[in-house]
Amino acid sequence: MALVKVYVNYKKSILNPEAQAIQKALGRLGYDNIDDLKLGKYFEITVADGISKGDLDKEINEICDKMLANYNMENYHYEIVETEAAQ
Amino acid sequence: MKFAILAFPGSNCEMDLYYAIQDIMKEEVELVSYKKDSLAGFDAVLIPGGFSYGDYLRSGAIARFSPIIPALREFAKSGKPVLGICNGFQILTEAGLLPGSLQKNVSAKFICKPEPLVVNNADSMFSSTFKLAQIINLPIAHGDGNYYCDQETLKQLIANDQIIFKYRNNPNGSVANIAGITNKAGNVLGMMPHPERAVEDILGSSDGVGIFQSIVNYAKSREVVAHG
Repeated sequence: MALVKVYVNYKKSILNPEAQAIQKALGRLGYDNIDDLKLGKYFEITVADGISKGDLDKEINEICDKMLANYNMENYHYEIVETEAAQ
Repeated sequence: MKFAILAFPGSNCEMDLYYAIQDIMKEEVELVSYKKDSLAGFDAVLIPGGFSYGDYLRSGAIARFSPIIPALREFAKSGKPVLGICNGFQILTEAGLLPGSLQKNVSAKFICKPEPLVVNNADSMFSSTFKLAQIINLPIAHGDGNYYCDQETLKQLIANDQIIFKYRNNPNGSVANIAGITNKAGNVLGMMPHPERAVEDILGSSDGVGIFQSIVNYAKSREVVAHG
């Protein structure tokens, strides 16, 4: 089994008013060292055995392009973590 | 003429639209489930507002994979009118039937109030009953209504006269004050304001009727051509 961790975040050109609200609230709590704060999405996808690395890459990219990220506003990246069962 | 209103899990303006078409416009109308795969026999398709699939992931992101969507694409390709309102607009952008996307309002607040709009193109099949630069009043009710597209897309929208409605006082941060745009062919309109909530004076405005009347006029003029 493999665990795929997918991270989706807004492109630089996109405003993120929710992240700004969080950052401002932290500022009010006295955390003055925060230059920037981003709020994105994180997905954990567990994949069944028997799929090659190449096919998995293809499938994850397809899933991200099709549904998990909107290319107008968002970027994504992912990492594949082998779980114990695969070792 | 006959209108279809698509109903997705979480749509919540479909009955408002239904009564607007049936009782005010006196036209035939039918609710069509997202599970269906055909739009045969309809002259126009309306996609209602609401929170399809709870707005999970992104507004409209899951609805656009519904069984009805291939039929909607075919219908749009045929050149007949498609109007997406609010969540309907979001579904159309997610499906790639309209360019750009709808972001969180710049204030991060859900905004629900009447809003003056400027008619920016009075020649479309959705706005022919209005005059260019006319101010109309329609309610808005959205959290993700901030229209965004890149500069290149905006140039094309302007060059092809695809911006049908603009906000007079931009309430949500939309690029170029955009409240409603069509596709390049001009037969698919997405707009955040709700015309179906402004069809009788008792509701505060009846300016929404002008949009539905424009669609009816267009469809009936085509009928005359087809049958004549």
